[in-house]
Amino acid sequence: MNTTPNPTWIGYQTIVIKEVKRILRIWGQTLVPPAITMTLYFIIFGNLIGKRIGTMGGLDYMSFIVPGLVMMSVITNSYGNMVSSFFGAKFAHHIEEILVSPLPDAVILAGYVTGAVFRGLMVGAIVTTVALFFTHLQVHNPWITVSIVLLTSVIFSLAGFINAIFARKFDDIAIVPTFILTPLTYLGGVFYSIHLLPDFWQKVSLFNPMLYMINGFRYGMHGVSDLSIGTAYTVILGFLVVLAAISLWLMKKGVGLRT
Amino acid sequence: MHALDIQQLRKTYKNGVEALKGVSLQVEAGDFFALLGPNGAGKSTLIGIISSLVNLTEGEVKVFGHDLRTARRQAKQCIGLVPQEINFNQFETPLDIVVNQAGYYGVPRKLAHERAERFLTELDLWHKRDQPSRGLSGGMKRRLMIARAMMHHPRLLILDEPTAGVDIEIRRSMWRFMRGLNEDGTTVILTTHYLEEAEQMCRNVAIINHGEIIEHTTIKQLLGKLDVETFILDLDRPVTDGLQLEGYEYRRLDAQTLEVDVPKARALNGLFRQLEEQQLRVLSMRNKANRLEELFLRMTDQEAA
Repeated sequence: MNTTPNPTWIGYQTIVIKEVKRILRIWGQTLVPPAITMTLYFIIFGNLIGKRIGTMGGLDYMSFIVPGLVMMSVITNSYGNMVSSFFGAKFAHHIEEILVSPLPDAVILAGYVTGAVFRGLMVGAIVTTVALFFTHLQVHNPWITVSIVLLTSVIFSLAGFINAIFARKFDDIAIVPTFILTPLTYLGGVFYSIHLLPDFWQKVSLFNPMLYMINGFRYGMHGVSDLSIGTAYTVILGFLVVLAAISLWLMKKGVGLRT
Repeated sequence: MHALDIQQLRKTYKNGVEALKGVSLQVEAGDFFALLGPNGAGKSTLIGIISSLVNLTEGEVKVFGHDLRTARRQAKQCIGLVPQEINFNQFETPLDIVVNQAGYYGVPRKLAHERAERFLTELDLWHKRDQPSRGLSGGMKRRLMIARAMMHHPRLLILDEPTAGVDIEIRRSMWRFMRGLNEDGTTVILTTHYLEEAEQMCRNVAIINHGEIIEHTTIKQLLGKLDVETFILDLDRPVTDGLQLEGYEYRRLDAQTLEVDVPKARALNGLFRQLEEQQLRVLSMRNKANRLEELFLRMTDQEAA
């Protein structure tokens, strides 16, 4: 029996190990801040304001916002890890270590995505643990819960990769999170049900992809959602395929990587 | 067999700069090859294309018979690159840097650790293996890049000015290391500004200027083209204005120092004899420049003219 490990698999593992080590080495920047931010959200929005709001979508307000806040952490950290790690490697030229190697583009991409997903899920787990101090959590459907959070994390890792490819300076990696990601997340139903909105804005909200991810995850945890779970999966998988295809095409062409 | 076979390679950047204008070049397997050229001649572009960091516009590059366009992975597997600029993550340790590099080439982690110990020890970096690499000196960083490039045992090692800014003692130890690699069968391509380095280490040479190969020959044949050598003579007393040195051109650098062009056809004895006849004794003598350097400057100057 041939026990020699596949070189491509070794290459993939190497990128993942490198990324995980980096995340853990700078844990004070990668893992602690989201825990503190989300604790404040739970205290202020969930506990203080939430008590006055009462219920939302059939759930007490604290329970309602937990899935949204977990997803918000996963999204921002998956995206942030990919964009900062990949752009940092590009900026300092050490991405060349990988580009000169025989690793296929898809494996390089998969390695970085896995690193970003690791951070997204680590932070998601930390935020979920923090939430347990404030409310009782139950999981309605673990498969849906895990698959939605995993797919969402992959999507935003890929989006972070595309941002990193086009970024030329560090300012460029802050623009998308500040002006696109954060507003879309806040307007994606983290803190409210879209049924509270007027008809027109409900229809506008349907163009926000975050809405499907957050509601899909909320369905997995609580069994309630503003949208059908089938639609959520369709949108999520659609985004996944499109972003993965764009990312691989950019790598093949060497956009932002090779002159 | 050719370690490197380049045919009619062209590169035009998006801004319209034509960096390579139909370069053809062959490097034999096992060779120690010098690629020389002034700044901006196209050396880095050429190395960038070979190592897949720059897209070629036109032409063909084969590494040990593997075409970069059709068998890129196999070609890349054969190459180890030591770039001009420091390009490792300076927050990582030397051990992590070299072990990771081996991993990208599919070397299992256990074997990578064994190789890391060997190369880091040979390059006198083992004692620094667990320190953040940003704390290494310039020479250590360059040696680390050489160790990194060797981790997958490449058949072709490309060194882009590996000894730039390195003190002479370390430079010599790096030369020994590179010579050892070549003796063990690794083909080495070296670009350098220290032409003494190329003269001492390399068997064959190509000179590139303005994106074209203007010379591609052996170092020996190239040096054979040098018909004049320039020497600097320190004399025992000041030289008078009317000094005549028949058959030799000279320039007075200061009262007691002469710069003399000595044609290859004429011996130095004639020069000494003439100086002695004029009661001038030579206290010391040295080459104005390294021989290859002189030739290189002449060739690139001719090209510019």
